[in-house]
Amino acid sequence: MTDEARAAVGDYKVGWHDPENATIRFDFGLSEQVVRDISALKNEPEWMTEIRVKAFHHFEKRPMPTWGNMHLLEEIDFDKVCYYLRSSDATEKNWEDVPEDIRNTFDRLGIPEAEQKWLSGVTAQYESEAVYHSIREDLEEQGVIFLDMDSGLREYEGIVKEYFGSVVPYSDNKFSALNTAVWSGGSFIYVPSGVHVEMPVQAYFRINAKNMGQFERTLIIADEGSSIHYVEGCTAPTYSTDSLHSAVVELIALPGAHIRYSTVQNWSNNVYNLVTKRGIAHDNATIEWVDGNIGSKLTMKYPAVILKGEGAHAEVISVAYSGEGQHQDAGAKIHHLASNTTSKILSKSISKDGGRGSYRGMVTVSPKAENCKVNVVCDALLLDEESRSDTYPTMEVGNSGARCEHEASVSKVSDDQLFYLMSRGHTEEEALALIVNGFFEPFTRELPMEYAVELNQLMALEMEGSIG
Amino acid sequence: MNLFRTLTEKQIWEAGIDKWRIEVLFGGEVMGEVALLEINGLRTSIEDTHILHGINLKIMPGEIHAVMGRNGSGKSTTANVLMGHPDYEVTDGTIYLDGKDLLEMEAHERARSGIFLSFQYPQAVPGLQVGNFLRRSVAAVRGEEAAKGAEFRSTLKEGMDRLGLDRSFLSRYVNDGFSGGEKKRFEILQMMLLKPRLAILDETDSGLDIDGIRTVAEGIDAAIRGTTSGALIITHYNRILEHVKPDYVHVLIDGRIVKSGGPELASELEERGYDWVEGDAE
Repeated sequence: MTDEARAAVGDYKVGWHDPENATIRFDFGLSEQVVRDISALKNEPEWMTEIRVKAFHHFEKRPMPTWGNMHLLEEIDFDKVCYYLRSSDATEKNWEDVPEDIRNTFDRLGIPEAEQKWLSGVTAQYESEAVYHSIREDLEEQGVIFLDMDSGLREYEGIVKEYFGSVVPYSDNKFSALNTAVWSGGSFIYVPSGVHVEMPVQAYFRINAKNMGQFERTLIIADEGSSIHYVEGCTAPTYSTDSLHSAVVELIALPGAHIRYSTVQNWSNNVYNLVTKRGIAHDNATIEWVDGNIGSKLTMKYPAVILKGEGAHAEVISVAYSGEGQHQDAGAKIHHLASNTTSKILSKSISKDGGRGSYRGMVTVSPKAENCKVNVVCDALLLDEESRSDTYPTMEVGNSGARCEHEASVSKVSDDQLFYLMSRGHTEEEALALIVNGFFEPFTRELPMEYAVELNQLMALEMEGSIG
Repeated sequence: MNLFRTLTEKQIWEAGIDKWRIEVLFGGEVMGEVALLEINGLRTSIEDTHILHGINLKIMPGEIHAVMGRNGSGKSTTANVLMGHPDYEVTDGTIYLDGKDLLEMEAHERARSGIFLSFQYPQAVPGLQVGNFLRRSVAAVRGEEAAKGAEFRSTLKEGMDRLGLDRSFLSRYVNDGFSGGEKKRFEILQMMLLKPRLAILDETDSGLDIDGIRTVAEGIDAAIRGTTSGALIITHYNRILEHVKPDYVHVLIDGRIVKSGGPELASELEERGYDWVEGDAE
């Protein structure tokens, strides 16, 4: 660890990092050759190499988004990002086989203990490759495929070829193009028809190497009448230069299937988190995004659902916490393409110490989609006068039979509320944490218990020192 | 005198020192028990407006006192100042609880020392579940162990039964969407669990019907009677005092206690009105 890195880690409340034990590492910057090298190193089929190259050229041409936080986006220097780094040669399945320093990192994330209680399978992203991967036997017996994306491509090329880029094409936006060009790791899940995965399936992601871009790619296919709950948790140590995280997640819920994708993300506050998450829900299918954004410098993330089949349902529940120097630009997108489709968006944001939280949402109802229902609720809580909250809701309703509801509120923590809690023995900081965690509760209760606890602890940590 | 004051009755008892010997050791005068609450010459202001003009009040362990007065007489101010509301500035005077200087403490430290305030307007905390809040508050005030044991659960169940609150109440959010009566019952439930040295009940009877008042009064009785704790009931009306008989009644007018007496004073006030005391005071 360099002194510089060690000093930076000290700034980050739950930060630590292991020596960069990368065995293969590319130089900084991106070119067609780097893209081809990544693909060659992974022994990928020709079609994947070609998609990567096309995506790279699209990325080069595509201008930056002209909305969100353009000022921060312009600060990204793509030449200073390392696009591929592999820290462990093989994908491990047994915890004991995982190299020790890597295991230490995960120990501190509490994975082994978590596994006992909640995990039905773990794939932990360490830098660019999944190094730890286990699937409970009953999952395998049920025919559920749960692999890191690289293995998925090798072992189930047919399925991957059919669905890869079908929900988020590389041409969708600049960052989906970048991800498609250089993706590495992520999860590949296929749930056969009629199979219900009872326990949440989890993966942890971390960024560890300095200037390490992380470009995981996740693809989940739930076949007819099946169900799965996938949980992703992230935390990263602080470095002195900016890190870029740009993932793509694609969900396909075939008729009658149910996918819930939960995220608790706590990037350290120099990370750019620019993620494209989108799902397609076929007839009577349900897709739910439960999305918590705690850290990062700039997050731009709008989990989306395309309601393609009749009777499909979408839900996006999100929370965002913005502290000093942070901007969370988050929200949701729902497209009602078919009749009798319903959607619900609940967005909650907390801003503190001059942090900025924005809700950016888009809901469209196509003219031929009859009898659709839309419900949007945005609540913001400001902890001081310097902080900021904005709401940018867009609704394009092409069918007059649609029932659309929208509510928005902005509130502040009152002195009387704090005094009431303090009169019950809680310090001012504890009182604030109780109020903040209460505000997030509609989100927290949707999470598996250990994530709920982790999130509450993180928020309590964030409230420390916030009382002047 | 000072040394004696900083010791609590409990500390003395735990140290195994005979109270009589302490009295002999420190001054030789017969000092009696340490007051539970002792307020001397308390003056306060809020945003430069003076509200209390020298309050003196002494509550001994096991006593229930009532402070009566009209709106604006300084009743709620007294309650808030005792609990340590940061908006009120104490300009003069002292407050001791069990011999400890309350004015040195922030609100949460006062709570941990044994002050409890049943609020006139309890605050809502959306998303904070009642059960979770009760457990955390008991842990904060009485220690982690008190919040874990069987005693916590049995006190909780007993309290809820007595107050007519069913189990589903525990998963509701603190005071969020509560009726007036539910808010007051919840305050009393908290009092039962926190087992304060001194419970201050600010207009707990307002907004309650007769049954509600009786239920709440029984709750106060159960928590305070027969213990060494005390209560300060702040009220406009006599109604609640018919159910919780106070040992002493004080009448507060314009930030001063103008008259003190036994429980009969409350009924007399009810009959003759505050004008009677006012005239009397002059």
